[in-house]
Amino acid sequence: MITEPGNGAKGEIILEMRGLRIEGQADDQWHEIVHDIDLDLRRGEVLGLIGESGAGKSTIGIAAMGFARPGCRITGGSIVFDGIDLRAASEEEKRKLRGARIAYVAQSAAAAFNPAHKLIDQYCETPVQHGIMPRAEAEAAAKDLYRRLQLPDPDNIGFRYPHQVSGGQLQRAMTAMAMSCRPDLIIFDEPTTALDVTTQIEVLAAIKDIVRQFNTAAIYITHDLAVVAQMADRIMVLRNGYLIEEGGAGDIIAAPKEEYTRQLVAVRSFRKESQVEIDQDRPLLKVENVTASYGGLVMVLKDVSMEIHKARTVAVVGESGSGKSTLARVITGLLPPLEGKIYYGNEEMPAALKHRNPEQLRRMQMIYQMPDTALNPRHRVREIIGRPLEFYLGLRGLDREERIRELMSMIELEADDFIDRFPGELSGGQKQRVCIARALAAEPELIICDEVTSALDQLVAEEILKLLQRLQDELHVSYMFITHDLATVRAISDEIVVMLQGEVVEQGDKETVLTPPHHEYTELLLSSVPEMDPDWLDNLLAKRECGVA
Amino acid sequence: MAVTTLESALATQPSPWASRLAVAAVHFFVLVLFLESLRDNTWWAILGILLIHVYSVLMLRFWSNLERSTAGDTLIVTLTLEYVLIAVLFWDRFSAWPWSAFFGLFLVQACACLVVRFWRELSKAPPTAWFGLVVILLYVLVAATAPIIAPFTETEIVGAEYELWGGQFLLGTDNLGRDMLTRLVYGARNTIGIAFVATCLAFFIGAFGGFMAAALGGWVDMILGRVVDVLMAIPSLIFALLLLTILGTSIPVLIVIIAVLDSTRVFRLARAVGMNIVVMDFVEVARLRGEGLWWVIRREVLPNAMPPLVAEFGLRFCFVFLFLSALSFLGLGIQPPTADWGSMVRDNATLISFVVDDFQLGIMPLLPAAAIALLTVGVNFVVDWFLHKTSGLRDDH
Repeated sequence: MITEPGNGAKGEIILEMRGLRIEGQADDQWHEIVHDIDLDLRRGEVLGLIGESGAGKSTIGIAAMGFARPGCRITGGSIVFDGIDLRAASEEEKRKLRGARIAYVAQSAAAAFNPAHKLIDQYCETPVQHGIMPRAEAEAAAKDLYRRLQLPDPDNIGFRYPHQVSGGQLQRAMTAMAMSCRPDLIIFDEPTTALDVTTQIEVLAAIKDIVRQFNTAAIYITHDLAVVAQMADRIMVLRNGYLIEEGGAGDIIAAPKEEYTRQLVAVRSFRKESQVEIDQDRPLLKVENVTASYGGLVMVLKDVSMEIHKARTVAVVGESGSGKSTLARVITGLLPPLEGKIYYGNEEMPAALKHRNPEQLRRMQMIYQMPDTALNPRHRVREIIGRPLEFYLGLRGLDREERIRELMSMIELEADDFIDRFPGELSGGQKQRVCIARALAAEPELIICDEVTSALDQLVAEEILKLLQRLQDELHVSYMFITHDLATVRAISDEIVVMLQGEVVEQGDKETVLTPPHHEYTELLLSSVPEMDPDWLDNLLAKRECGVA
Repeated sequence: MAVTTLESALATQPSPWASRLAVAAVHFFVLVLFLESLRDNTWWAILGILLIHVYSVLMLRFWSNLERSTAGDTLIVTLTLEYVLIAVLFWDRFSAWPWSAFFGLFLVQACACLVVRFWRELSKAPPTAWFGLVVILLYVLVAATAPIIAPFTETEIVGAEYELWGGQFLLGTDNLGRDMLTRLVYGARNTIGIAFVATCLAFFIGAFGGFMAAALGGWVDMILGRVVDVLMAIPSLIFALLLLTILGTSIPVLIVIIAVLDSTRVFRLARAVGMNIVVMDFVEVARLRGEGLWWVIRREVLPNAMPPLVAEFGLRFCFVFLFLSALSFLGLGIQPPTADWGSMVRDNATLISFVVDDFQLGIMPLLPAAAIALLTVGVNFVVDWFLHKTSGLRDDH
């Protein structure tokens, strides 16, 4: 157990689900997506729901409010909240509970806040509507909560609009809003997934603290076992709507019983083994003193230099806004730099895309973060992979077909099954594999991977990383790996470039960068990556406080 | 005999298309033989009809062993045979206008194929959509086979002016003594045909311009956008009247003017839809690959912009159609003696004042107006359904 409740008794059951079954609609047919789930939650307890996408964790979380998303319906079982049967309750009764006694914190606070109203107005709406306290009292309570959640300038921050505060602050303001009526139960639906690691820490600490202070019961939904280990007393592991394993947070991490849970715990253990000798004098790609901006006002890249060698992986790490994706755009020619040059081999690359010839374009390929938008939904896999073959290599007819099948076997997709499918008929991981095959079809020497695993579930992401590594071993391509996830960096990189606000703060071999002494920003990044240890967050916060003091 | 040889040929199951082609060819051959032998003799004709029925039943039983979607093929074959039956019964008319007859056959088969192909969606369509589809289909069939259906020729004066309904003239005669029904049927052909061609042209111009503006941006977008703004700033009916007065009223000029004026609306839509598509990563991938503008527009943008464009096509067709009728009503559209619904309303407009004394005579000018209204309503029903389907709206209960 990681926490003891601050006050109030833990023990009384606040939420009880028995044999919950939920169906979802797809292609005008109903399929069961949550199968026979039992769930108990006691006052003051934090329950972690973990699983990959499609595991039904959000659906169960929302069902705790007696609600089903459009296109879903609750078909069986019981949901009892503090003695009230939510399935039998009328819409009016449920409406009284929601917001006042059960609150919900959504994944994207930016999307959940109404951009047209100030934060504090949105905070006050719920308690005033439910008649719990008058407006002035609610405002005072809001400021108090903002202070407890360690928001900067708590007395005035509420009078800003959502777009005027940062993502992490917004997520904390959302938590404050959920707390406004002192609910008995809060449902956190992936509250930190969209945040940078350094911001994630602040939000996690704030949430943990506030839940402890008010002795609120909480359901914490996430796909990241390391995160949930910090927050939850008890963890339920879900997969495809079935309960796989349930137990105390420490037990699940230390001694997982089921194979699937073991995989989840072990997920970040993959490490690159091979090392390639490099020819220091002849880098494949050389970026020299590049400065770039969108529109000329704010410099997004300031004097950036880096090198990529043959068959090596260079990881570019940084938080959102650090300019790492912009660097990729400069290298590909989508954004011509204001100053600086890009050399490929010995020749200087033309700055703008339209001045590069097909041969120069062929040697550099790109893989995107979101495979959903990177694949044309109206093209079949055959055409997606076949087009670069036709365009760059002039392959047609049977040659082309043969090569497509060869590429598909390289990315471990069964050609007969998948070649005639549309992207909509593939899973996220399969789509990303098709993107990889499309890049490989051009027979490139350098592949720029822009956050290729961050939209994927952890197990799937690891498969993709292994695939990329295998392809590098076989084909000796170089990767420029843009990511914010240090676990990925540890797994796959040879060299690391750390970026902060458009500048390179540290770069070098993986060992050099990852072993102390670090640059202080690198230190902050490294220490912010959650570990599979329930006490990690508490220890870290304690350590940082000491450091400050 | 043909059947047995075919059976042995198909026993090895070659590609489905080859087998279908073979079957269709045999069909065609047998039917032509029948039609030729039936030309003048009624008894032979009746015998022939019976034989066709027997033949189709046999064919269907034979097919049901071979083809997967028997029901679909049954529908296609049955409709084809029904058409052929009607052709045999009215052989004189059908043989006099072979092109219309063939086009009608093509249409019937195309519709049957489409119904089979999209049966899954169609079976879930609301009754309004079905109504719209049936109305459109009937109009198109009438337009295609106008000379066969119409009792007289388009411009022939066949009786006294303003004769009443019934007898030789099913819907009476117009102000010059031409048969009203005939004029309505030919009007369908002229009005729908010209409106269709004009809409297609408008879409080609507008969609291409809009996608180009979206894909290139910058000054291309600026110039095209401003040109369209200028065109849209002038009331289109007045602009069209002006241009027609200057350029004269021939059908090609009419089509081009309507197409250009209407393409401005298509441009706006195509540009807005295109803007959302060109920012997607897959378009960036194509650009990084070095693809040209034409490829990006045709292969990346267009397929993803189809649903809103198709819906807009339906609506735009209605507007073009009404616009054309309005122009004809004003005397600058399709010129007499060519039959056209808009000008038919105008020609007989004076009769509307007789509606109190003689109802039949009075509603005469409303017949072409009703023809216009019915088609417009039908197209709108279909477009509504299509939009509802593609927008992914779900009726929450």
